[in-house]
Amino acid sequence: MRMFDYRRATERTEALAIAAREQARYLAGGTNLVDLMRQNIEAPAALVDVSRLPATIEERGGHLLIGAAARNSVVAAHPVVRARYPMLSRALLAGASAQIRNMATVGGNILQRTRCAYFYDVAGSRCNKREPGAGCDAIGGFNRYHAIFGTSEHCIATHPSDMCVALAALDARVHLVGPDGERSVPMLDFHRLPGETPQIETVLRPSELITAIELVPSAAAANSAYRKVRDRSSYAFALVSVAAGMEIVDGKIADVRIALGGVAPKPWRAARAEDILRGQAPARERFLLAAEAELAAAKPLYGNAFKTELAKRTIAAVLGELLGELNGANA
Amino acid sequence: MPIVVNGTAYPLPEDPRVSLLDHLREHIGLTGTKLGCNQGACGACTVIVDGMRVLSCLTLAVQADGCQVRTIEGLASEDGALHPLQNAFIAHDGFQCGYCTPGQICSAIAMVEELQRGDPSYVTANLAEGPNGAMRQEIRERMSGNLCRCGAHNGIVDAIEEMLCGDAA
Ligand SMILES: Cc1cc2nc3c(=O)[nH]c(=O)nc-3n(C[C@H](O)[C@H](O)[C@H](O)COP(=O)(O)OP(=O)(O)OC[C@H]3O[C@@H](n4cnc5c(N)ncnc54)[C@H](O)[C@@H]3O)c2cc1C
Ligand code: SF4
Ligand code: FES
Ligand code: FES
Repeated sequence: MRMFDYRRATERTEALAIAAREQARYLAGGTNLVDLMRQNIEAPAALVDVSRLPATIEERGGHLLIGAAARNSVVAAHPVVRARYPMLSRALLAGASAQIRNMATVGGNILQRTRCAYFYDVAGSRCNKREPGAGCDAIGGFNRYHAIFGTSEHCIATHPSDMCVALAALDARVHLVGPDGERSVPMLDFHRLPGETPQIETVLRPSELITAIELVPSAAAANSAYRKVRDRSSYAFALVSVAAGMEIVDGKIADVRIALGGVAPKPWRAARAEDILRGQAPARERFLLAAEAELAAAKPLYGNAFKTELAKRTIAAVLGELLGELNGANA
Repeated sequence: MPIVVNGTAYPLPEDPRVSLLDHLREHIGLTGTKLGCNQGACGACTVIVDGMRVLSCLTLAVQADGCQVRTIEGLASEDGALHPLQNAFIAHDGFQCGYCTPGQICSAIAMVEELQRGDPSYVTANLAEGPNGAMRQEIRERMSGNLCRCGAHNGIVDAIEEMLCGDAA
């Protein structure tokens, strides 16, 4: 690991000032950044520890504001999150291990980097994300874990976060503060597709700091679930995951939210499937048809072609589970 | 500020690159905490910081500035009597080589508080209610961040179940 300066910020103006001056990187839980520094993938000259900035979780005007430094385990266990945004709680609990969730923060989770094995293999593999223009050894390599949506000829890596999949389905907003002031960006627009510049992963500007995420309550958010399919039943990244919520009014689907993980370089909102379902009577065959329509646009490779069928079935299964819960609740 | 390990204060390392794990083992001389993968994947290095189980390999020692750290060396009582969970591990053959054991035990002790607080896990049936019933399944899921190369997981679950519920089956 290369030497770096370490500073701790106790308030955001201090964090911003240090970051702008010393071109430092923010450090929160460190569960991704410290690992990447140890693997010599990242080598920042300075770190500003932002893990002791506000980690409050509070309701404001009905919306839920979660401080960027809030720990994943604390957010998952929060009573409001459990009651009104169950898919977020489940998505967080599906990620990593209890030890890691205790250190990992909301801000850091959004900015964690891909788990593409070639990206991690500094000594032996070509990777456009690490070294723009170098080439991509995943294309034509072992690509079982890679994306089937949103890829380019330059990169096919997935975004590994579980939490972000739920945030995408919930239409969460990411609050930011930078040298030019504050702004907020919808979660869905926060991550960028690789295109020709896979090394640019988000719309974050230099030294901009994530301060909070904001959630809007809805009936679909309150009746929601997250299911993660992986090679072993815990402590593994998703092959495919589904965050979904559904509201039924007078026997018709009034609102439905579906986002997928493990299939794209960003959390993937299944808008096509949602359009097909909205206004229709909920039924299993229809869930499958909607899922099929969504997956029709997938561009699988030889190693990850199984994800298309897996995603279809998982979408249908999660929607079926939500319907079952609604019926159970009404009975 | 120093860091306090098992009740004793120690200075922080000068070099910010030193992990909490290396600080405990190499500088403070507490070698009970083990180095496995050094990248967050095995749980061997688990210690308890301010009541929460964390991975000491992914924590920089400077991040634990001012914190209370509890390691395997701090679990026995002052007269040397082992912690009930340590005894249960012995009774249930919860280890073979013993390498993962300090991490497993620290992890389990902090886990009990998570259960007592009612924090849910991925397998908790009802999120709003929190964990109840299916204790074995809860233990397995909650301990999944600690991998045992010798495959002593069944003995480990038995030992934790005994500590939580009295005699395990
Ligand atoms: C073994 C292992 C298994 C894992 N499994 C999963 C999994 O199944 N699912 C999953 O979703 N995740 C998983 N993770 C990833 C883990 O969730 C992330 O590492 C964690 O969420 C990152 O949060 P952090 O606070 O530790 O971030 P850090 O490592 O501190 O930072 C990550 C990045 O975010 C930046 N950053 C942090 N906070 C801010 C801020 N407020 N503003 C701007 N930039 C910021 C940092 O500069 C850095 O670039 C796993 C990790 C490990 C090690
Ligand atoms: S898929 Fe992306 S991250 Fe993986 S090797 Fe190719 S360019 Fe790098
Ligand atoms: S040594 Fe820390 S998790 Fe493996
Ligand atoms: S007892 Fe050998 S690693 Fe667990």
